[in-house]
Amino acid sequence: MAKTPNESGDRAPSRRLASLGRGLIYAVAVAGGILIYAYGFQVTQVSLEEARSPSRQERLVRILRALAEPDLVEYDEQETTAETSVWVPCPKTLPAFEPPSGTPSLSLEPRCGAPGERITAVGNGFPPGADGRVYFVPPNGIRLSQAEFRADTDGAFSVSIQLPERASPEVQTVLAAFQRNVGAPRLTRNAYDTWDKIVETVFMALLGTTFGTMVAVPLSFLAARNLMKDITGTVGGLALIVMALPVGALLGAIVSRVALAGSAAVTSSPFATAVVASASLAVVARTLRWAMPSEETSTPSLRIRAARIVALLVASLLGLLGSVLAARLMSYVGDQLAELLGLAAFIGTFLADLGDVLELILGAAAVGGVAVVVASLSGTLGARLRPRLPPSARRPYDLTLSALAGAVLGLLLGAFLAWLYRLVDVRVTVVAPAAVGAVVGLLLGWRAGTGDTFPIGLVVYNLTRTVLNVLRAVEPLIMVIVVAVWVGIGPFAGVLALSLHTVAALGKLFSEDVETIQSGPLEAVTATGATRLQMIVYAVVPQIVPTYVSLTMYRWDINVRLSTIIGFAGGGGIGFLLSQNANLGNYRAASAQILAIALVVTAMDYLSTYLRGKAV
Amino acid sequence: MRAGTSEPAMLSIRHLSKTYEGGVRALTDVSFDVPDGQFLAIIGLSGSGKSTLLRCINRLVEPTSGQIVWDGVDITAASRDETRRIRRQIGMVFQHFNLVHRSSVLTNVLAGRLGYVTPAWSLVNHFPKADVAKAMHELNRVGIPDKAHSRADELSGGQQQRVGVARALMQDPRMILADEPVASLDPVLAHSIMQYLELINREDNVMVLCSLHFLDLVHRYADRAIALNEGRLVFDGAPQEIDHARFKAIYGQDAERVG
Repeated sequence: MAKTPNESGDRAPSRRLASLGRGLIYAVAVAGGILIYAYGFQVTQVSLEEARSPSRQERLVRILRALAEPDLVEYDEQETTAETSVWVPCPKTLPAFEPPSGTPSLSLEPRCGAPGERITAVGNGFPPGADGRVYFVPPNGIRLSQAEFRADTDGAFSVSIQLPERASPEVQTVLAAFQRNVGAPRLTRNAYDTWDKIVETVFMALLGTTFGTMVAVPLSFLAARNLMKDITGTVGGLALIVMALPVGALLGAIVSRVALAGSAAVTSSPFATAVVASASLAVVARTLRWAMPSEETSTPSLRIRAARIVALLVASLLGLLGSVLAARLMSYVGDQLAELLGLAAFIGTFLADLGDVLELILGAAAVGGVAVVVASLSGTLGARLRPRLPPSARRPYDLTLSALAGAVLGLLLGAFLAWLYRLVDVRVTVVAPAAVGAVVGLLLGWRAGTGDTFPIGLVVYNLTRTVLNVLRAVEPLIMVIVVAVWVGIGPFAGVLALSLHTVAALGKLFSEDVETIQSGPLEAVTATGATRLQMIVYAVVPQIVPTYVSLTMYRWDINVRLSTIIGFAGGGGIGFLLSQNANLGNYRAASAQILAIALVVTAMDYLSTYLRGKAV
Repeated sequence: MRAGTSEPAMLSIRHLSKTYEGGVRALTDVSFDVPDGQFLAIIGLSGSGKSTLLRCINRLVEPTSGQIVWDGVDITAASRDETRRIRRQIGMVFQHFNLVHRSSVLTNVLAGRLGYVTPAWSLVNHFPKADVAKAMHELNRVGIPDKAHSRADELSGGQQQRVGVARALMQDPRMILADEPVASLDPVLAHSIMQYLELINREDNVMVLCSLHFLDLVHRYADRAIALNEGRLVFDGAPQEIDHARFKAIYGQDAERVG
């Protein structure tokens, strides 16, 4: 653009000023940068002094050479020696020199000396390149290593050795010895250990990924904004659900205890267990088919619906009992199989453990399930009740409930704190939390207003996101320290830590994928009258499957990497072995483990890339 | 505004308004009645509120105020469960078909039955045999029975919209909402899809509310047309009544007729 002279005349000084200012800013930035890095060098103790010291360099070279020779195979060794006599100090008359006979041979120059004197040992006729040691052998026959040697291409060497400080009238011996490998190579103990541990490592990664993914998938829906933002309700409804959850959980705990006790009564004989389990599960299947007809075009009457709810409740109780029995049966059969199968005993043990885990999960599922049922029932009840109230009573109703819910949450928090810090003062553990909770609930209820547009979904979304973020901030190496306290040092601790971290990482990645799906199919399926769950199964799940598979593979890859080092913190796997060997200075053994890790990680990398390519 | 015809009003929209969260007024005080079995075209510029109006009827969009009464039932006051039972009687056809691409055509059509089947069974992809047979029947009706096991995104645009129509038919609908059903298709395909809607309207006596861009389609298929301009009802009458002056009122003074 053309400028008038007047314009450029006006601008020139200001431009100069601006460039001066910019220069100043640059100078300050550079100075600041230098300061930051100078301080950084000091804090991190960057120093080449240590690195230059010869003793350190020598150690480094030794370790590098050890690493280059992984401790994987060994041979039978055969020792070849050559020896010659030595006198300390020199006797009055030195016996006549006999030229060394045979190969290899060793001679000294001179053949005697004062205590502590250095003399030269010369070897001849050794295999070229043979590595060995020169020993001084006093009369008691114990070899004292004096020097290392390596024969040259002619099979000769010459090293300086020191004579002992103690004089002796007797004839003593200097001996040169080297080892030669004979026979076929065989794997070392360390190689077997490395194999065991690398298998353990890969399976730790597999289990951690599997468990983590199983939890991350449902969580990812709760952490997806596009699925959650439309879930709204009244403040009162939310308050009812919040209050019903702990009550339901308590009820569920009682139910699961009763079911466990009930099942204990019949588990005396495996046969009775099998019969009762299959009978109750069959009854459950029949009941479900009656209470949940596959399709209904008209709304059933209230009485039928009530009967169905009762039937479903009874069915779930029976189902719980039957499942617990089935789990017990599984443990029993597994134990029996473990004894019978011999080499394949791990299959039986697996079955037994699976039964054990199933029982644990069933107990937790009963607690969670009853909590959800009670919460959703009370939510429905609230939703039915509220519209029947006169409009003027709705706000007080909402506010009362939200204050009550706040008080309940406060009480729960108080009870938790009382347990954690072992508090006994009722004012601190009961009165204050309830009062504060009620006030906070009241205020939140007041702010949320009266409409039925309170964003319950977004509350859940933000809670889930927060939990995932906090969980992700803790590295699995740190998690495993805590977990190892609980379940003991070993691979299981590693599996739990990896699972936990996988939940956090995949939960976030999955939910971000859900947020990018097309909304059209969601709208279309919702328009057919589908429930939210049906909408997720028919419109969301098909869209996310490829990415979920790909992300899970990717996570497995990461988990293999993590599981190789999680042993450093007590998580089992190959890292445990590696850290031990590194600390003991067994660098050749450690080298084998490093090699194994490199191989497995590279292989996993290729495998996961290949499988991901197939999945998408 | 023109009063409804002498037949008893089946769908009645009263003083419907919708203001979106950002403050956008999509609909302002829209009222009209639709008798049973009518083919109603909704016309207007893009952004005039046609989509919002259709989505208010099955509550995909929550109206801000006003009432929608259908067959004596106040849709706007329905609870969540009641809304689902109302929705399952209203088929919807979309401009971009809104099929689940990675699912098979059959699964996409069966999805139309989700409002009827018990949720627990459908979650494990179990549908009654009768529903599967019905899905094949509907696919037959729209002329693509051989595509049942293809993936939805392997189909051409016209075929995808037929799947969309079949999905709506699976619901045994008493009303069909069609949101620009042919705007993404070429004229030949457009007519074939419109003929399916016409067939459903005539044979099954299903009320059709269809938003359209092209006036020749309105003339050819609709019994009656309403027009929206910036969320307000500006015309309600027979398609033939849209003369030059009314056209300018609906589409603005600068608009030219193209078809």
